[in-house]
Amino acid sequence: MNFVERTLSSLVNAMERALYAEELAKTDGLLQRLDPRIKVVGILALVVASAMAHRLWVIGAVFAVAVTMAVMSRVSFGILAKRVWIAILMFTGVIALPAPFIIPGREVWRLPGVGWPVTAQGLASACYLVARVETAATLSVLLILCTPWSHVLKALRVLRVPVVFVVTLGMTYRYILLLLQTAHDMFESRRSRMVGRLEGSERRRVAASSAGVLMSKSLQLSGDVYSAMLSRGFRGEVYVLDDFQTSTLDWIMLAVFVALASGGFYFGR
Amino acid sequence: MHIPDGYLSPSTCAALYASSAPFWYVALRRLKRWLSTRLIPLLSVFAAFSFLVMMFNLPLPGGTTGHALGVAIAAIILGPWASILALSIALLIQALFFGDGGITTLGANCFNMAIVGSLVAYFVYRLLAGRAAITSSRRVVAAALAGYTAINASAFCAAVEFGIQPLFFRDSSGAPLYAPYPLRIAIPAMMIGHLTFAGLAELVLSGGVVAYFQRANPSLLEHTAPGAARRDEEPRQAVSQGAWNTVRPLWAALALLLALTPLGILAGGAAWGEWGARDFSQAAARQKIAAASRNLAPPGQVPRGLERLCSLWTAPFPQYAPSFVRRPALGYLLSAMFGSGIIILVFLIANSLFARGSRQRRAESMKTATGDS
Repeated sequence: MNFVERTLSSLVNAMERALYAEELAKTDGLLQRLDPRIKVVGILALVVASAMAHRLWVIGAVFAVAVTMAVMSRVSFGILAKRVWIAILMFTGVIALPAPFIIPGREVWRLPGVGWPVTAQGLASACYLVARVETAATLSVLLILCTPWSHVLKALRVLRVPVVFVVTLGMTYRYILLLLQTAHDMFESRRSRMVGRLEGSERRRVAASSAGVLMSKSLQLSGDVYSAMLSRGFRGEVYVLDDFQTSTLDWIMLAVFVALASGGFYFGR
Repeated sequence: MHIPDGYLSPSTCAALYASSAPFWYVALRRLKRWLSTRLIPLLSVFAAFSFLVMMFNLPLPGGTTGHALGVAIAAIILGPWASILALSIALLIQALFFGDGGITTLGANCFNMAIVGSLVAYFVYRLLAGRAAITSSRRVVAAALAGYTAINASAFCAAVEFGIQPLFFRDSSGAPLYAPYPLRIAIPAMMIGHLTFAGLAELVLSGGVVAYFQRANPSLLEHTAPGAARRDEEPRQAVSQGAWNTVRPLWAALALLLALTPLGILAGGAAWGEWGARDFSQAAARQKIAAASRNLAPPGQVPRGLERLCSLWTAPFPQYAPSFVRRPALGYLLSAMFGSGIIILVFLIANSLFARGSRQRRAESMKTATGDS
């Protein structure tokens, strides 16, 4: 597979992920029914609790909570395993692999054949790293899979993110999808016209020029968007419609999130 | 390079959020002054571009492919402040929606890639490109090296953040709680990959895009090439007039850090590995070294190399305390002010040289223009 096809496949993957998240956010499950503000605050609290825990079983418990929420929100294990658990094991797992042999401490076992000592401290540190990363990633993926993206952005207002940033983030997301399509079309048309193999230097020139073209198009687009905004009466002030409404379920779940996170902080000290 | 959640302790994450905040604030104030209502669409679309360019597969010499950050391109086309904001937004979207990089570690990722990356790329580019013409090949080389240096500077920051984790954060049994490897492993492990593949990808992209713009749209390169940029003079003047106002928070943060310096003396003992030759012969100091090194006794005599090398240079303020100052807190504060003062002085001199050079060039070009007419 050459670089054009590889770039095409990463662009298509990104589009697929965005579409899948939008689809899943519309289904009926526990997290989907909650007010996005409660979800952002609650899930963030759990991520911080897992990051602060000094005990493995506490991180494991937060992970169990995340898996339970996934089941109640109809997120399939297949998707979680493929997108999060296995992907992280392939990356963080490989990074953590040498730790049991490198970190000094109490020797618990020797690797048969080569005789490398495995230490308890090294094993524990590898487990801490993998468990923490898996738990935090599962929680943040759940937030995104169960909430329309525009709602996540609006919910950031609860965290006192300035309204200019929220609007900019919303527009960035919209133009990511548009530019994804533009980049996809550029590479698709390039591939359809390519016959035979390009020299290495020529391949690099094509890739860098494509990035340059996309950048020129982006700058032109930003000018067009600005003109469109001006023509619609934009004067620099931005407004966001905060149209969320909380229900009893939201308050119950907020209490559950607070209780779980506080438990995590208390037992994980 | 995108650090996921769980690799850094919450306190490191908080410190890096706090370090990034003044830069975001300054960048926002500067750009608002310059761009006014144009800011939102420009940042949005450029952040979307930065996000996309990270997905590009770049063919590298040797037949492999790699991904680049595009930080040097952003800094060269938009200037460092807009690049800081655009990349930070792109990193936030990556962390929130695509799971690339963590939420708690977002401050660290923005600090390493958006802030350090943009500033290093911009200064290396300006330094190496000098007065070269917009279409000169020197600018291509400068951009390529700016990209290479910037990505390596970012990787180095990330490596240091990883490497300090096991020094400070361990559980009761001594097992590292976060990234487990010390600096001597973390730095080479991160740098080998970035000095080769990732650095090459950034080099290819930065140099290639600048070469493309030289052919297709040279005016885009004028913004960060003061010798040739005439149409931007007006906004640049506005920016320089408001320079003090916008940089004020950075100075305030520096002043706060200086004022907090005496807190350093609250930390007991010497930092691991920062022992002096005398410490090896004193019983109390030997005990401290052994305790800090998991009960490994230090060698009986001063290592010969250490003894020889430590007499090479005598610091003016050994142990951060000038000999004429009796109170350690005051000594700490004075040393911090002296050290920061030297760094600020060097930057001010470099800045005034830069400014004088560009003023001279502007005067020369004005003279030529009036002479021609």
